[in-house]
Amino acid sequence: MELYLIIILVLMILGSIYSLNASDLLSAVISYGIVGFGLVIAFLLLQAPDLAIVQVVVEVATLIIMIATIKNTQSKIPKMEFKPKIAVYYAITLIAALIFLIVFDRATGCLSEFGADTMRMAQPYIDGVEHTKSANLVTGVVFDFRAYDTLGEATVLFTAVIGVLTILRIKGKKDN
Amino acid sequence: MKGMTIIVKKITQIICPVIFMFGLYIILHGHLTPGGGFAGGVIMAGAFILQILANGNILPKLRKEEEGLEFMESAAILGFLILAGLGLLFSGGVVFFANFLDKGELGKLISAGFIPLENIVVGAEVCAAIATIFIAMVVYKDEEGK
Repeated sequence: MELYLIIILVLMILGSIYSLNASDLLSAVISYGIVGFGLVIAFLLLQAPDLAIVQVVVEVATLIIMIATIKNTQSKIPKMEFKPKIAVYYAITLIAALIFLIVFDRATGCLSEFGADTMRMAQPYIDGVEHTKSANLVTGVVFDFRAYDTLGEATVLFTAVIGVLTILRIKGKKDN
Repeated sequence: MKGMTIIVKKITQIICPVIFMFGLYIILHGHLTPGGGFAGGVIMAGAFILQILANGNILPKLRKEEEGLEFMESAAILGFLILAGLGLLFSGGVVFFANFLDKGELGKLISAGFIPLENIVVGAEVCAAIATIFIAMVVYKDEEGK
């Protein structure tokens, strides 16, 4: 299973690197879809069907919305010419990435092995089935133990919609 | 936005009710099988988006639909808060989001107290939110072009 996960993760990284370097915004968005759909398969391999369903549906919806946005605006990226200043930026980015990798390696070395300690956290939630009587453990956690978080998520979505409507309405009024 | 050919329209007519029913199924069985309010809501919004993509923009109708969806979203999030407040009320002012209904039997469709109700409310909220964003983009773009 870990071999499949590694293959999918490498594909996802390649897709995101290509979407950074693509000359056309449309192909950038589509190659970014590789990341989303690769994540779906990763979730399925890690036995999280709840997350996989949400991810696949949200990925399709956001792809459609992003493509609609690109169709309504321009799809070309202005080209940058190479200056000596940019080489400095590249060097700084490389050094920062190196430092991050070293710190990340140190930090993950302190953790226990992948998947070893999951039952320590999950056991109270599994016992909670008797408490919530919800056969789907994830829903039991999301809507009973962690209902506050769900309220926060719903509020974020509500705020996002209000923001989109406000911006679009202002734009429509100006042109009239 | 223009509509597509007659073939696409007909296929959409056949397929959209099925997608909508599948979303409803996922919401209603959220406490038994994988899925829940969020996934089901986005699937239902997908049915809306498919209809608009196939049939194109019928402006006055879409305008009305957007207002209705806005109302639905606000009402759904208000309902979620009311459910939480009822939990506070029935537990004697101790626990916000207390599960105050009868729990029932594990594995039955009507069980788990008010978790199915919460699923329905969150599903309505998510469906209305995603559909509103898409419809707003279509409607205001076309008004701008006029």
